[in-house]
Amino acid sequence: MQPARPWLLLLVLLCLLSAVRVGVAQERLLPLAEVRSGLHFAGADVKALQHDVQANPAQLWLAQGRSLWQAPAGPAQASCSSCHGDPARMQGVATQFPRIHAATGLLFNLEDQIRHCASQRQGSGPPAFESDALLALTALVTQASNGMPVRSLGSSKGSDPAGSAALQQHLLAGAALFQRRQGQLNLGCTHCHDRNWGRRFFTDVLSQGHPNGYPLYRLEWQALGSLERRLRSCHVGIRAEPPPYGDLALRQLALYLNWRADGLAIELPAVRK
Amino acid sequence: MAALARLLTPDRVAIGDVITVRLLVQHGMESGYRQDMDGKLIPRNVIRLLRCEFGGVEVFRVEPSSGISASPYFEFSLRVAQAGHWLVQWEDDAGVRGELRQPMPLV
Repeated sequence: MQPARPWLLLLVLLCLLSAVRVGVAQERLLPLAEVRSGLHFAGADVKALQHDVQANPAQLWLAQGRSLWQAPAGPAQASCSSCHGDPARMQGVATQFPRIHAATGLLFNLEDQIRHCASQRQGSGPPAFESDALLALTALVTQASNGMPVRSLGSSKGSDPAGSAALQQHLLAGAALFQRRQGQLNLGCTHCHDRNWGRRFFTDVLSQGHPNGYPLYRLEWQALGSLERRLRSCHVGIRAEPPPYGDLALRQLALYLNWRADGLAIELPAVRK
Repeated sequence: MAALARLLTPDRVAIGDVITVRLLVQHGMESGYRQDMDGKLIPRNVIRLLRCEFGGVEVFRVEPSSGISASPYFEFSLRVAQAGHWLVQWEDDAGVRGELRQPMPLV
């Protein structure tokens, strides 16, 4: 109607767009320059155990992963290597997760992808969450990306715009979960890992809560464990109800953790207290 | 899950050398003192006996108890008197046996 109106509309649209972009970009409560691996906060004995190629107990799972990789399974009698070849060819794969699974539209972490592969390609039942077999294969595939930075959002190859928009939504949800106070202690992840890292919590030094070593050997567990297990433990720590294995919230949180740890190198096999 | 172990010896070994042998065994070493989610005791399941043979001669024997952590790690010294193969055998409370055979080439 009036000539001034389209300009006004454009201005409003621009303002809205920039607001959305700020929302998606997220404020970094932990500046990238200060990002430190959990190993940085570990004691000398834990560091020594991680660096000792022989004594590092995570090696046992890696060895198991290597034999599982070659082993034909299921009615299809297919092994991982019959499609993927050498485990070394999995370099960079772990950095792409969690990501949207194209066929189902679900947010998949690496464990989900391996379970999907086992049921679709091998025709066997998917290995249970937190089973030694699943941990071993996840560790093997992740180890192929050793030294590469954990992924930041949007670098996954072949992602369509719709998929990346969905990923953004998941990232925002993960960020919200990270901030949210919950449980009887009424704490969120951020209260320890953004605001108080480096300070003592009883005998431990609080880490920044990065996912770059998972699945890792935790002395408390006396076994290899997934990031999902670690996040569930954190829920128990703040006396909140842990989401079940396979829950979307844990994947959204993992996605946010990757974004938060942008540039940090994957370090397997890792050991933590 | 197949029982697993890793045995590491130095890269270059000659007859007469005293070497350090390092052994890592994958085992949960359930102490018997822990409870499950229902408060019932989880039965003890630790490695009852572990033996190492080198060249057919027993060189190391241990009877781990419930005080040993999971994925137990052992280290011992050995004077190498002959060429031979390693044989590591163990058995846990559940009767599950594990075995590792590994050659050790000499220079």
